[in-house]
Amino acid sequence: MSPRNADTRAATATPIGTDRDVPVIEFDRVQLAFDDVVVLREVSFTLLTGHTKIVLGASGAGKSIMLKLILGLLRPDGGVIRVDGRRVDQMSERELMEVRANVGMVFQEGALFDSLTVRENVGFKLYEQTRIPLEEVDARVREVLGFVGLGEFIDRMPSELSGGQRRRVAIARALAARPGVLLYDEPTTGLDPLTATTVDVEIVKLRDLENVSSILVTHQLRDAFYIAEHEAVREVGDGFRVVRASPDKAEETEFVMLREGRLVFEGHASELRHSRDEYLQAFLS
Amino acid sequence: MLKLIDKGIKSALLEVQEYVLLCSAALRAMVSPPFFVHDIVEQLDAIGVGSLTVVILTGLFTGAVLALQTGLTLDQFGARPVVGRLVSASMVKELGPVLTALMITGRVGSGIAAELGSMTVTDQINALRALGADPVRKLVVPRFLAGIFMVPLLTVVSDFTGVAGGWFVAYMQLGVGSGVYWTSVQEGLYLQDAWMGLIKPFFLGFVIVSIGCHVGLRTRGGTQGVGRATTRAVVAASVAVLAVDFFVTNLLVYLMY
Ligand SMILES: Nc1ncnc2c1ncn2[C@@H]1O[C@H](COP(=O)(O)OP(=O)(O)O)[C@@H](O)[C@H]1O
Ligand SMILES: [Mg+2]
Repeated sequence: MSPRNADTRAATATPIGTDRDVPVIEFDRVQLAFDDVVVLREVSFTLLTGHTKIVLGASGAGKSIMLKLILGLLRPDGGVIRVDGRRVDQMSERELMEVRANVGMVFQEGALFDSLTVRENVGFKLYEQTRIPLEEVDARVREVLGFVGLGEFIDRMPSELSGGQRRRVAIARALAARPGVLLYDEPTTGLDPLTATTVDVEIVKLRDLENVSSILVTHQLRDAFYIAEHEAVREVGDGFRVVRASPDKAEETEFVMLREGRLVFEGHASELRHSRDEYLQAFLS
Repeated sequence: MLKLIDKGIKSALLEVQEYVLLCSAALRAMVSPPFFVHDIVEQLDAIGVGSLTVVILTGLFTGAVLALQTGLTLDQFGARPVVGRLVSASMVKELGPVLTALMITGRVGSGIAAELGSMTVTDQINALRALGADPVRKLVVPRFLAGIFMVPLLTVVSDFTGVAGGWFVAYMQLGVGSGVYWTSVQEGLYLQDAWMGLIKPFFLGFVIVSIGCHVGLRTRGGTQGVGRATTRAVVAASVAVLAVDFFVTNLLVYLMY
C-alpha cells in the first residue's frame, strides 16, 4: 500500500470491512511450538466484524502468543491465519505493514517506548506513518488521552507514570489511528477496580459505538463479564450511556478458554457461568 | 553428547545467519528511504560526542606511557630524540584505532545491547512493528551510521591527544626539546600509515555497533537476559575488534606496502 492510502485509511473513522458477520480474524488449525514446547495445537476460531472474543487461560497458556500471531510478529508452524480475509501467516514484513495499519494492539505490560513522551508514544503511528498535519495529530492525541482520562499527562515520560496510567496510555496509543480491530493483552491486570472499569467502558464504547472488532485476553473475570454483559448506547449529542446488554448484543461477545494449547470452551457469558466443566469452574471461582 | 554438540553447532550457525541477515538488512536500509533523520542525528551525538571524554583521556595516557617506555628503551641506543617517531607511528597505525575501538565497545557496544535488549524483552520492538515501523530502519540504521562514521573521527582525536601526551612526557620528563619531538613525530608518519589508521576504524566501528545491535535484538529472558546480553556484546565485540584489526591490517599491508 502506498503512503497515500495509509493516510486515507488512518484518517477515516469507519474501518474497512464494516459489514457485520464478515470474519475479520480467522484461525484455522494453527500450531506453534518453541523447540520442544508446544504452545498452540490446532487452534481454530473465527472473530466476526464488530464482535468481541474474550480469551481466558492460565498464565503461560499461549494467549499473548495468539495475539502476536495475528499481527504477524510471530509465524505459526502450521495452519492458516487470516486478517480481513488475507493470509498473514505467509506475508512478508512489508505486506504485513498494510494489515497492521488496521489493527491496534495493547501489549501486556504496555510496551510504551520509554525514550519518548506520552504525546510521542500515542501519536507515534500518526507522526511517523502518515502525512497528517502536526496540529491534527496533536488534536487526535489529546482526544484519545482524554478518553482514557490522562489529558494532563501528555508531556510526561512513561517512567513518570504509574502502572495503571501506563496501561491506559498504551490503550490510547493503540486506538489513536482508529483501527478496525483492537487486540487487548490483559488490559486491566494490576489495575484498581475503578480504573479497570474505566478501561472496560472504553472497550465497550469502541465496540458498540465505533464498531471495532476486538480480542481481549484477560484473567480478570469481573472485567470479562462486565464487557460481555454491558452495552454502550448513544445519547443525544456526543454522549453515551452504558446499560445492561440486550440478549442480541450479549451474543456478540464470545468466550474462549485456552488450556494446554487447545481451546477447551467456546460460548457466551451465560453458558460460561453455567458450565459444569470442573476446570472452568475452578477457573471461575 | 553428540546430540549436544550437534545442537551447539546448529545454534551457532543460526546465530551467524541471523547476524548476516541483520547486517545485510541494515546495509540495504541505509541506502534507501525512508530515513529517520532525527534518530540518526541523536545517535551521532550519543555515540560521537558522548564518547569524546573517554577517547581523549585514553589517547592522552596511552601516548604518555608510550613515550615513557620507549624513551627508556631508546636510551640504550642513545636515540632518545627519536621518541616522537615511535609515539606517532604506534599511535596512528595501531594503538589509536584499537584502543579507541575497545573503549567504544565498552561504552557504546554495551549501551546498544542493553537498550535494544530491554526494548526486546519489554515488547517495545514488537510494539514498533505493530505500529508499522521497521526496527531496522528506526533503531539499527542510526546506530550503524553513527558507529561507522564516529569511530574513525574519534580515532583521529585519540591519535592527536596521544601524540600530545607523548610530547608532554618527552618534554617534561625525558628532556627532549619540543622542536625535536615534533620533527620526529612527522618523520615517523608515512602516508600509508595515515591511511591505515583511518581505514581500520570504519571496520572496527561497524563491528562494534553490529554486534551490539544483533545481541541486543536477540535478548531473551527478561531483565536478567538484558544483563547477560550486555556482557556478551562487550566480550564478543572486544574479541572481534582485535581479530578484525589483525585481518584488516594484514589486508592493508598486502595492498599498500
Ligand atoms: N520467544 C519465546 N521463546 C520460547 N518460548 C516462549 C517464547 N515466548 C513465549 N514462550 C512460551 O510460550 C508459552 C506461552 O506464552 P504466552 O503466550 O506469553 O503466555 P500467556 O498465556 O501467559 O500470555 C509460555 O510457556 C512461554 O514460556
Ligand atoms: Mg501473556
